[in-house]
Amino acid sequence: MSEIEIRDVAMRFRGRHGEVTALERISLTVPDGQFACIVGPSGCGKSTLLMVAAGLITPTEGEVLVNGKPTVEPGADRGMVFQSYSLYPWLSVRRNIEFGPEIKKVPAADRRKTSSELIHLMKLDGFADAYPKVLSGGMKQRAAIARALAGDPQVLLMDEPFGALDAQTRQIMQELLTDIWQRYRKTVLFVTHDIEEAIFLGDVIYMMTSRPGRIRTTLAVDIPRPRTFDTITGPRFAELRNQVVGVIHEESLKAVESELARA
Amino acid sequence: MVAPRRRRGFLRTYLTPKQAIPAQARLILAVGSFVFVIGVWWLAALLVQNPLFVPSPYQVVVTWWDMMVNLAFYNDVAWSAFRIVAGFVLAAAVAVPLGLLMGSFEAVRSFFNPPINAIRYMPASAFIPLLILLQGLGEDEKITIIWIGVFFQLVLMVMDIAHRVPDEMLNVAYTLGASRWTVFYKVFLPATFPEIVDALRITMGWAWTYLIVAELVAAEHGIGSFILIAERYLRADRIIAAIITIGILGLITDTLFAVAHRVAFPYVEKVRA
Repeated sequence: MSEIEIRDVAMRFRGRHGEVTALERISLTVPDGQFACIVGPSGCGKSTLLMVAAGLITPTEGEVLVNGKPTVEPGADRGMVFQSYSLYPWLSVRRNIEFGPEIKKVPAADRRKTSSELIHLMKLDGFADAYPKVLSGGMKQRAAIARALAGDPQVLLMDEPFGALDAQTRQIMQELLTDIWQRYRKTVLFVTHDIEEAIFLGDVIYMMTSRPGRIRTTLAVDIPRPRTFDTITGPRFAELRNQVVGVIHEESLKAVESELARA
Repeated sequence: MVAPRRRRGFLRTYLTPKQAIPAQARLILAVGSFVFVIGVWWLAALLVQNPLFVPSPYQVVVTWWDMMVNLAFYNDVAWSAFRIVAGFVLAAAVAVPLGLLMGSFEAVRSFFNPPINAIRYMPASAFIPLLILLQGLGEDEKITIIWIGVFFQLVLMVMDIAHRVPDEMLNVAYTLGASRWTVFYKVFLPATFPEIVDALRITMGWAWTYLIVAELVAAEHGIGSFILIAERYLRADRIIAAIITIGILGLITDTLFAVAHRVAFPYVEKVRA
């Protein structure tokens, strides 16, 4: 049982022109084993929300609970994947993946078993002893996801992990991620600005607005699993996409209007 | 037989910004530059016809050999090398740890940065008279000059390197359950190593400058004092031979650093020079 509960989280920064509200009283619950996506324009504070959940920053108000425990500091129960991969260039792919188990002092044989399994699962066979510099962007991110999974976290926090990849690679990565998720059934909080990515991956989509960041709409994705490439071409996918695009368009218009009003 | 078609003209290949040229051409140009410099030198020597002021390259080689055999020039080289190594190691031993601390802890940075930044702009050579007053003419004074010249530059370079370690690299480790100490020695330190070796390599070059200045002002041994004595005897050939020796020593240390870098950090992505 591993549930993420975001409770009235608000985030305010002191900017040059007074106080800026990045997040305004956000509350949502991701039940055990759910894949939840947060979609929003850049600057809406969705990454900030994830950092709060990871325990890397402290919110101005409210708290995030994982399994009922407040996330006051980062811990191995919440694995995180960043857009910039952040692999350690001085470690081989295998040592990168084993980084979490190594600091937890897992015996070498068990570590190796875990990393071998993940290397195979993430389609990195043959690259176990390679340094990250020889990997492509997609491979780097697969290794980074493997590293997060190797720590066996209860929840996985993903901050636009495929944002830096080209469209084709991104599609392949999304398919791989749904497969992996089907297998491990981790509770996932996935941040993206790509609507189609959110629909393809998520059980539920939270749409955020910017300045101040708050959740505008919640949308359950009722497309059955396992989802494959055919999912994208299906009629339900198009319907959901149009629905989301409509909401976001409306939101963008409002944002422009309020900017004009302020000017 | 059909002649292979030229895909690009000569000017297109050689005068397009950042366009790669054939490896063979690179080699020819590299060797050619040396030939050119020596050629100009030789020509100048022939035109001036005054070996007292403009000795020919050949003459300098002969002089160099004579310096080694009859004047024990290798002794001066050894003295200079000792001072360089001592001053540089002492400077690096303080600058690297302090720079790392300044780069990672804002409190340490706020405390040390202002004075170091101010002293950095005071030329190390300007301290020589003061140090002679304080320390005399011995080895202490030479080593202190090198220390001053290297330390204040190196510490700020290391601070910058440490400061540039991406936050996400550290955050990943925290979310894998690492403690702050583990993050420091397993992520932060290794992330800085390759660039620190680069910084050492650059500052090593500067150390030579400060040493020679210190030796020119006052020293009994060393390449700098050898140059000063040569000047008194109007031996331009010896001065040039000594300067070239420094150049070669610099090239050797630089190559050693480059090789050490390649051996120790095979994982660093190569940026094509």
